[in-house]
Amino acid sequence: MLEISDLRVSVDGKTILNGLNLSVPAGEVHAIMGPNGAGKSTLAYTLAGRDGYEHLGGTAKLLDQNIIGLDPEDRAMLGLFLAFQYPVEIPGVAGMTFLKTALNALRSARGQEELSALDFLKLVRSKLSSLGIDESMLKRPVNVGFSGGEKKRNEVLQMAMLEPKFCVLDETDSGLDIDALKVVADGVNTLRSPERGMLVITHYQRLLDYIKPDRVHVLAAGKIVKSGGPELALQLEAEGYGELLKASAA
Amino acid sequence: MSATAQTVADVERLAERYKYGFVTEIESETAPKGLSEDVIRFISAKKDEPEWLLEWRLEAYAKWQRMSEPNWAKLGYPPIDYQDSYYYSAPKLKDAPKSLDEVDPELLQTYEKLGIPLKEQEMLAGVRNVAVDAVFDSVSVATTFKAKLAEAGVIFCSISEAVREYPDLVKKYLGSVVPQDDNFFAALNCAVYTDGSFVYVPKGVKCPMELSTYFRINAENTGQFERTLIIADEGSYVSYLEGCTAPMRDENQLHAAVVELVAHKDAEIKYSTVQNWYPGDENGKGGIYNFVTKRALCQGDRSKVMWTQVETGSAITWKYPSCILQGDDSQGEFYSVAIANNMQQADTGTKMIHMGKRTRSRIISKGISAGRAQNSYRGLVKMLPSADRGRNYTQCDSLLIGNKCGAHTFPYIESQNRSARIEHEATTSKISEDQLFYCRQRGIGEEEAVALVVNGFCREVLQQLPMEFAVEAQKLVGISLEGSVG
Ligand SMILES: Nc1ncnc2c1ncn2[C@@H]1O[C@H](COP(=O)(O)OP(=O)(O)OP(=O)(O)O)[C@@H](O)[C@H]1O
Ligand SMILES: [Mg+2]
Repeated sequence: MLEISDLRVSVDGKTILNGLNLSVPAGEVHAIMGPNGAGKSTLAYTLAGRDGYEHLGGTAKLLDQNIIGLDPEDRAMLGLFLAFQYPVEIPGVAGMTFLKTALNALRSARGQEELSALDFLKLVRSKLSSLGIDESMLKRPVNVGFSGGEKKRNEVLQMAMLEPKFCVLDETDSGLDIDALKVVADGVNTLRSPERGMLVITHYQRLLDYIKPDRVHVLAAGKIVKSGGPELALQLEAEGYGELLKASAA
Repeated sequence: MSATAQTVADVERLAERYKYGFVTEIESETAPKGLSEDVIRFISAKKDEPEWLLEWRLEAYAKWQRMSEPNWAKLGYPPIDYQDSYYYSAPKLKDAPKSLDEVDPELLQTYEKLGIPLKEQEMLAGVRNVAVDAVFDSVSVATTFKAKLAEAGVIFCSISEAVREYPDLVKKYLGSVVPQDDNFFAALNCAVYTDGSFVYVPKGVKCPMELSTYFRINAENTGQFERTLIIADEGSYVSYLEGCTAPMRDENQLHAAVVELVAHKDAEIKYSTVQNWYPGDENGKGGIYNFVTKRALCQGDRSKVMWTQVETGSAITWKYPSCILQGDDSQGEFYSVAIANNMQQADTGTKMIHMGKRTRSRIISKGISAGRAQNSYRGLVKMLPSADRGRNYTQCDSLLIGNKCGAHTFPYIESQNRSARIEHEATTSKISEDQLFYCRQRGIGEEEAVALVVNGFCREVLQQLPMEFAVEAQKLVGISLEGSVG
């Protein structure tokens, strides 16, 4: 479903992704782990189409379509969703308005009618209650003054509402308490389906206890240096990256 | 069409580019080109005015001839030839319409196109509880909901009608807040004003509905000089909204209005404007020159006036809705969104003149510049020696989209009373790429993302608008920024 081959990307003239290969079939959840500064967020932003990431070579295909060079909204319309490591504050725009605008934009791109105010509200409420999130969050301006945990919950809520085909979660579990962690895990597990793929970037085995990944990859110095099953995460938790990086450098 | 369907249709129509740019083919009666005592006499005669009003106009004209156009604003435009314009144009009517059924259907259609259902039946069936006075070029063509307002004792009619029916009120207040020779454009307005709205709310009455005027410039080369006078007697309340549109034309058209508000003891006036005159094309060709004088006198103790404006149109905007806070404990508020895109120029702000004790004022200004536009905030806060413990809070935020536009802030502060307190905050920022990327990642297209972020930026002001108009204003923010990115 997501096919990345030999992807090379630079930021401000510095090469960050350096020949990255990764394949996530539909129906699977893959985890990406790796040391700080390895290029994990760079990968996420590159996939989502953020400005400032210069494409040096290689391809990234979503559902057989090359997405490099597309506008961010067009990638979203293909079904890509990114849960941000640092969700952005939008003062003055109520969460409800934001969600509705996004959902209707995606719906009209899919040739569906816009949801009526009432149907929209019903849908939001059902998602809120299944994730155990309070509606008051959507009355506030998007992410403004939210705690770290609230921001991450908000990302998961948006993901649940927009029902993307492919989700990238960038450290959505960082800084969360146990309850919030469960919200994130529930959000992911509910969306798991044979048609959907997911890429979960994390530093902690803890999340992977709740979300059983099909594969775990280690990203270091701009490429995938090791891949394995869920046991790889346990091994990293126990040993750290040191041994592994030494081995891959050799 | 059902009420909601009507609203949906209205809003959809708003989503077009400058959808008001059509011309109505209608027979009209026009004064000879140019400005002279004769033209003023012609206008006055056409309107069957009493002698005192003609004298008043001629007096203003004499003053105007000795005045010169102000040049202190940060605006650049070629000199205006005041002899090259028409000062009176009226749709030809057999007789003055006695009811809406007699109004020219072409005219009604025009207003319908503009999204203002004039017919009272439709109004009653609609979601809006708003009485509308519509001014087409120089004359007021219809005022809805008259009966219901009369029941409450509220007078809402065209100012021409008020001159006939309530001459004492008009005589007493006309020019009492904005003197004839206040400024060049106000003097011009006094001399040639053609129509506008008049509102009188008697003591203790809370006006039962929103009052609204729609101004429309249709005829070619015609200036529009409207005059609005609103008086809120002791303990009364009224909320008033004006909207404006004009067809697309290559020539610049002049608009110089005067609005006077008088709030007596314990009275409150809420005055909202959605100004969407034709702004000219991307290269600055055509568009309305909007030189407007708006001033409120908070005459009585505890009186309150609130100006809210959403200024998205016009090639040039020169406008400073102001409050003279005369009564003790009186309050003035100014909430403004000014958007300038392409080649538009806006120089707008307010003046708060504190005279009474414990008078308070609040200024919230949001300026958005895009394209090659220039947008200036200009505001004066003045505490006179009598303004014991007067207070002002000013917040002035500018947002830039792209790097060819400009934002400027000119705050003037004069305090002559040591117990007065004045606070001023100002920010200027570029529209955030991170915010736009976040929106776009969620599937929101770039232009819509800009509209969303800018609407958020303006929220504090937009939420002051009457509910019925807030949605339209939000759409307008998006429309006026089209083409500002990418
Ligand atoms: N705008 C930028 N300018 C210069 N360097 C940048 C920029 N953005 C990212 N980098 C660099 O790229 C490298 C990869 O950053 P990235 O955010 O992708 O790491 P990460 O794997 O997500 O790290 P973490 O685990 O800390 O989130 C880092 O060395 C970072 O400093
Ligand atoms: Mg990161």
